[in-house]
Amino acid sequence: MKTIVCIKRVPDTEARIRVSGGSIDTAGVKFVISPYDEFALETALRLKEGGAGGEVSVLSMGEAAAAEQLRSALAIGADSAVLLKGQPTLDGLATARALAAEIEGGGADLVLLGMKAGDDDQQQVGPMLAELLDLPCITVAAQLEIEDGKVVCHREIEGGVEIVEAPLPCVVTITKGAFEPRYPSLKGIMAAKKKPLQEKDAQLGESRIQVRALNQPPERAAGRIVGQGVDAVPELVRLLRDEAKAL
Amino acid sequence: MANILAVAEQRDGALRRISEEVVSAAKTLAGSTGGAVHAALLGGSGTRTAAAALAGFGADTIHVAESDEFTNYSPEGYVDTLAALIRDGGYFAVLIGGSALGKDLAPRLAARLDLPLASDATALDVDGGELVVTRPVYAGRAFAQVILQAEPRLVSLRPNVFRAEARPGSGSVVELAVSGDAGARRVRVREVRAAQAGRLDVGEAPIVVSGGRGLRDAEHWHLLESLRDALGPGCALGASRAVVDAGWRPHAEQVGQTGKTVSPQLYFAVGISGAMQHLAGMRSARTIVAINKDPDAPIFKIADYGLVGDAHEVLPKLTEEIRKLTGC
Repeated sequence: MKTIVCIKRVPDTEARIRVSGGSIDTAGVKFVISPYDEFALETALRLKEGGAGGEVSVLSMGEAAAAEQLRSALAIGADSAVLLKGQPTLDGLATARALAAEIEGGGADLVLLGMKAGDDDQQQVGPMLAELLDLPCITVAAQLEIEDGKVVCHREIEGGVEIVEAPLPCVVTITKGAFEPRYPSLKGIMAAKKKPLQEKDAQLGESRIQVRALNQPPERAAGRIVGQGVDAVPELVRLLRDEAKAL
Repeated sequence: MANILAVAEQRDGALRRISEEVVSAAKTLAGSTGGAVHAALLGGSGTRTAAAALAGFGADTIHVAESDEFTNYSPEGYVDTLAALIRDGGYFAVLIGGSALGKDLAPRLAARLDLPLASDATALDVDGGELVVTRPVYAGRAFAQVILQAEPRLVSLRPNVFRAEARPGSGSVVELAVSGDAGARRVRVREVRAAQAGRLDVGEAPIVVSGGRGLRDAEHWHLLESLRDALGPGCALGASRAVVDAGWRPHAEQVGQTGKTVSPQLYFAVGISGAMQHLAGMRSARTIVAINKDPDAPIFKIADYGLVGDAHEVLPKLTEEIRKLTGC
């Protein structure tokens, strides 16, 4: 089985995001593979190791520096990598077009992505990619199995799960499931140096989402410590009822 | 024409609360554009009846597709049907709830109709005739104001942010034809399994009680469950990443980056120190209460009300006091 995993280079989830001059100040920020994309990669590797065989390739659209995350993915276990060099955009459809141009006609059985990227949080590239490729798509899968040429997923919805199926080839976006993504081993890091990482220019097209302003979240007014221990509980409840009108 | 389309949703024939929020937001927006509010609702048996209630939130025309095919969510059937409505509708904007369904549906529609999409809006403003969408990025660590350079402007709305406002009206229900070939749909929902019957999801509950490592063990979660029950049916449980990673709680309850971003009216953070990614996921709550035994915990910096104390000692008393008020 041939699986393509799309990954994105994003700031670490614990990084303090500073906005300066209408853009993100990335000085000193550590970049990682977007967390949900790590789950997607882990899902692909488990399918391969679990008997599906074949190859796992990783694909990223981003700046030249995203080669670092692709190299990490190779160290974790992917077989090959392609970097589509282009400026990351908030317009998910532009990103999906660039990815589709690369994936189209390549014979992939399964295309996996994280359910959303850890920077722009748009949660849209996976289903857009599927639509552009005219492939079926399942989103937010916490569990994925292959049964008789079909993908069967547990898709997280409010207060439960949907059991959803679609025929291969198929696009699936992955959320955190029952397992943790693995870390690269030293052996993996050495092996990654010999694996192919191809770079080409992204066919990105025009972004039709114009960012007018980027701001820090509104500061919350300083709160107060109501008190210590059990004795402070009645006062806390009184404040929630009378002052905050929250009860 | 500056009409707004609100895409509503139902489950098992009952309107979901996000539908009221989306129609209300559309009504407010239509006030700025001078257009009418259209709503669309797709579903199985009972959908037509449920749809009529949308008139009470400001919908002037309600497009309803009632079909056995839509008893469960059908992504491809929804896209075919709604794309036809939107393509011919001449709308200024199309608003979709940022629910599990809406976040699956909106990007499919965007690609089908060749439209850019802004996801998870927390505010909509009209400025000089243009729609300005405010939306969180970096899991709420920053906010972007964006403009969509296409018509209609396709936007999904974060649940619990736009207020549902009843507005007496007399909207009319019209039939929306199901488009596409039902036999050719490839994605099929086999089954829906409810995790907790009748419970709200943490992402859409007006009150959230979240627990962290300060509870010390999964077996102590009954303390939080009692508080949740005392707060009534509008309350859901949440969890920090630490306790989800430890396997104490399911990922569906996780609040913060790699979990859910929530905006409830009232948020209790119990035994949660307040990692950056957690704060980002809940800082837009209206009122935040923090209970933590460490007076220097970062959570106190954004909490409206802090109580320094051990969760095990404080929770039973808090539950008892709240029960006196709510009677739950």
